[in-house]
Amino acid sequence: METVQTIAEPVIAILILIGAILGALSAFGLIRLPDVYLRAHAATKSATLGVLCVLGGGFLYFVFFERLISAKMLLGIVFVFITAPVAGHLIERAAYMSGVPMWQKSVRDDLKMAIAEERKSRPQTEKSQA
Amino acid sequence: MKRTDDVVLQTTSQVTVFIIITFSAFLFLAGHNNPGGGFIGGLMSAAALVLLALSYDLKTVKQALPVNFHYMTATGMLIAIFSGMGSFVFDAPFLSQAYDYFDLPLLGNVELATAMVFDLGVYLAVVGVTMTIILSIGEDR
Repeated sequence: METVQTIAEPVIAILILIGAILGALSAFGLIRLPDVYLRAHAATKSATLGVLCVLGGGFLYFVFFERLISAKMLLGIVFVFITAPVAGHLIERAAYMSGVPMWQKSVRDDLKMAIAEERKSRPQTEKSQA
Repeated sequence: MKRTDDVVLQTTSQVTVFIIITFSAFLFLAGHNNPGGGFIGGLMSAAALVLLALSYDLKTVKQALPVNFHYMTATGMLIAIFSGMGSFVFDAPFLSQAYDYFDLPLLGNVELATAMVFDLGVYLAVVGVTMTIILSIGEDR
């Protein structure tokens, strides 16, 4: 067990450090990036990976140092991995639907055409909803 | 409430609702020796139902769980009161607790306490009250 702990210690430390750095990077992305969509891109991806790294490091710590396989931590990892990108998707979608403008240097907007086509094909339902 | 048609949200909530309800059952059962118990177990179950109501609509929640939440609250309160009054049968003061060890077929030697019955009452009352508040606020007229 001693050797395993000696091997596991730097791995856990590096995992948690990487998680913290990724969290800090996503915070910088939130400050630096120009519009909502790019900010959500920074906030969801790297913050999720950072949280996953920190949780994984904590899980390994409990496995090797407390001899406890924490199912709650595994469940938390799976849960964050499933839900955080969906939260980002919903926030961006809500921002687009409420008309938040894109960065002026953006070149492509496929969703605009898709929405216009859908409105053309279903004018009745659109009116009744509005 | 307008029906939302977001496939991503609906699919993920189908998966996560099971995780949340499993975890709430775990919290409810672990309350004796670990953090947890009837209150936060009930709150997490209600959170799972609220997630369903957010991603589908209130009608779906009522179909998935055809329970009158007023009755659920009342049942929880009655269970809590009767678990306290059960101690009168054994000539003990109100809300006295007892426990014993039993050999259950799959789980082995398990400590069963009457505090669990009281916790079940709290759980039902919390789920009922939370869902009553949220459903009555969320309903259109």
